[in-house]
Amino acid sequence: MAALNVSVVSADQEVWSGEAAMVVAKTVEGEIGILPGHEPMLAILAGGEVRVTLDGGEKLTANAEEGFLSVQQNSVQIVASRAALV
Amino acid sequence: MGAQLRVYRQKIKSAQTTKKITKAMELIAASRIQKAQARVTASTPYSRAITRAVSAVATYSNVDHVLTTEPEKIERAAVVILTSDRGLAGAFNSQVLREAEELAELLRSQGKEVVYFLVGRKAVGYFQFRHRGFEQQWTGSSENPEFELAKEIADAVLEAFLRDASDGGVDEIHVVYNTFVSMMTQTPTVVRLLPLEVVEGVEEPDATVQPLYEFEPDVETVLDALLPVYIESRIFNALLQSAAAKHAATQKAMKSASDNADKLITDYTRLANNARQAEITQQISEIVGGADALVVAK
Repeated sequence: MAALNVSVVSADQEVWSGEAAMVVAKTVEGEIGILPGHEPMLAILAGGEVRVTLDGGEKLTANAEEGFLSVQQNSVQIVASRAALV
Repeated sequence: MGAQLRVYRQKIKSAQTTKKITKAMELIAASRIQKAQARVTASTPYSRAITRAVSAVATYSNVDHVLTTEPEKIERAAVVILTSDRGLAGAFNSQVLREAEELAELLRSQGKEVVYFLVGRKAVGYFQFRHRGFEQQWTGSSENPEFELAKEIADAVLEAFLRDASDGGVDEIHVVYNTFVSMMTQTPTVVRLLPLEVVEGVEEPDATVQPLYEFEPDVETVLDALLPVYIESRIFNALLQSAAAKHAATQKAMKSASDNADKLITDYTRLANNARQAEITQQISEIVGGADALVVAK
């Protein structure tokens, strides 16, 4: 299965980008997990952490505030005015 | 020493001092361009991501939203002018102000009232000198704009946009700023922020495969949250572009000032040499004349 192409961007820089197996983020309606092949979507993020699971099973956590999440053809973008890796 | 010679020497000295200053400013500006450009590049992923998301909403949904629909009658238009806080940048500020004047003229000819939002001391000075009113101003941080500034500006214009026209609100928002084209060229640019014109990356939906977009919580809420962010990112991008362009303009202006000082120094050195030579010639002829007179007198 194709991997997810994830990028985490904040207003003034690209915080992280690369391939991942799964992304878990918190939207205003609750936590959502995204696996490859997810339908296109656009969601508003609730402030909090975004967990990215890399292909090898490694986990990466980032804090994102005031942003949104967009999924389109296996590319996931987490866009926040403030974001930082933990 | 002859008086003329002293004057020339003084002028050479002053040109040399000026050259030192302009040279230093040129070097400072040159080093800042790199940094400013790097910031423009760094902020590009953000604005690209937002633009893509906005075009997705605009393309895959046909919801009527206050930010996307064009009002029937536009009474008032807001013009945000981005200038610098300092001069010594050649035509940088005057060209953007001229562009803004042209835009205001055009808007007025369409029967719209124009209100101004000014960024940078130069724009504020320009308006105050002409005793013209403006809505709001931001000064002091145009050289190195922070995202907070973009947010403040975006909040102010959005607030005016969402207010009713009868209440002094605006129906249109334009931004005028200098874009960094290259080290040598900076062009004033006008962008209409609202009502929305998504300029980049809009793809017509393919009739056969139309991905179903899911919005969370729903389209309207997403639009409500997304569009202010979009405006912020556009303004932030404009601010960064303008800052980079300012440094490039300063560098160019200071380069030509240094070159000019060089030319002045050469010219005055020639004149000073001439004056010194003339003085020596005169002294010689005086001595010869004096000696002749002594010989005759014997």
